[in-house]
Amino acid sequence: MDLLFTYLHQAFIWLNDPLNWTNPDGILARTAEHLEIAGTALAIAIVVAWPVGIWLGHLGRGGPLVVAVANLTRAVPTVALLTIFPLTFIGFGFPAIVAAMAIFAVPPLLANAYLGVREVDPEVRDAATGMGMSGRQRVFDVELPLAVPYLATGFRTAAVQVVATTTLAAFVNGGGLGMIITRGFGLGINSGADQIIAGGLIVIVLCLALDGILAVVQRLVTPRPLRRSLARGRSAVDAALPSRIEQPL
Amino acid sequence: MPPLLVLASPDEPNNPWFSWAYVRQNIDGLTEALQQHVSLTLAAVAVAAVLAIPLAIVAYRTPWLSGPILSASAVLYTIPSLALYAFLGPLLGLKFSTALIGLVLYALLAIVRNTLTGLRQVPADVRDAAAGMGYGRLGLLWRVELPLALPSIMVGLRIATVSTVALVTVCALVGFGGFGTVILTGFNNNFYHPQIMAGTIGCVALALILDTVLIGLTRLVTPWRRGA
Repeated sequence: MDLLFTYLHQAFIWLNDPLNWTNPDGILARTAEHLEIAGTALAIAIVVAWPVGIWLGHLGRGGPLVVAVANLTRAVPTVALLTIFPLTFIGFGFPAIVAAMAIFAVPPLLANAYLGVREVDPEVRDAATGMGMSGRQRVFDVELPLAVPYLATGFRTAAVQVVATTTLAAFVNGGGLGMIITRGFGLGINSGADQIIAGGLIVIVLCLALDGILAVVQRLVTPRPLRRSLARGRSAVDAALPSRIEQPL
Repeated sequence: MPPLLVLASPDEPNNPWFSWAYVRQNIDGLTEALQQHVSLTLAAVAVAAVLAIPLAIVAYRTPWLSGPILSASAVLYTIPSLALYAFLGPLLGLKFSTALIGLVLYALLAIVRNTLTGLRQVPADVRDAAAGMGYGRLGLLWRVELPLALPSIMVGLRIATVSTVALVTVCALVGFGGFGTVILTGFNNNFYHPQIMAGTIGCVALALILDTVLIGLTRLVTPWRRGA
């Protein structure tokens, strides 16, 4: 316990040094880098996952595929993709890191987009067809608006997951806040402890804050009548899919 | 763990993505990485299961505890593994047990959640019927509720196992990364493809094999579901 306080004290001293914030590889620069990687990866993943998920949900097919994608990405270590991608045609640098992160953001986005459309009340669907709506109209005017709460859940899960996982980019010298931690380990576990723990604290605060903010956003975009029903019952397909973060990052 | 030998020269003109020669020449190092990976995974899941299942039962029996336990799990999953090891590393040192503690913490949650879900899915009339037949609280738990929750518990064990296999790679940070150390050493060794690929295949194959074993085990311990 004493050791914990000693280290926390050292970490706060490290955090209290303005240079550690404003250096070219200081906290501010690393945070910007981190958010740039995570933001780009998330945007790419959304562009890929949402149309596919909504389309599969509209067809009412591909559930097993969505589950398979989720399970497969769980088995592939992030570290593996981070080391393999720079050595392929993608080449070293930003794109390789972003590509690796984007892949892990796909499952929650895909699963929730699929579910959101899939879970639209069949009677509502029938009513829309009965009113003479075309397939396109049903997707954009009926299913998509009703799927918004699910899309928001997927967005929150994927965003927090990507921001958390981006720390691992430091293993391949890929930038981001993880670099503060790995640099500390590079200095040695004792002399680098202040930096290691400070880095850990920053990352944790960032992830928890993001999760909190997105929880509020998620609530705001969910129409009031849907809030309770979403919280209460989720279906059986649902149980097999990642709706919240359900694996260590 | 001694550093893996890279006998084939990484500077050789062809740096193939897979090489049996590499695997043959480094079979000792790879076996050792496999052992480390398997022992960390099995130990973590076993310890986590021993802690998590009773914890879930307690949460199930005392409803006001289940809220805090579940939200604690959500918060912990939000913490990146690298940040967790940033705390555990300096505090506990670069040891096997440090790697293990982090893995147990993460694995714990998958099992608690799924056990709790399984217990909650036991239909109320089944519980009533059992109580009517004279089962006491312990008998009800042991003979009715836990067996019915077993499929869900097994799902928890599978999720915990597969994600622990992937997570062990991050333990390279504290010196016990199993195949993760193989991958990263290969990367840092002039980007030696065969080594990176060997570590990656090792990881994924291990995850799939352990998952298959657990699926088989699920069938074995829930014979009543085989017909369905």
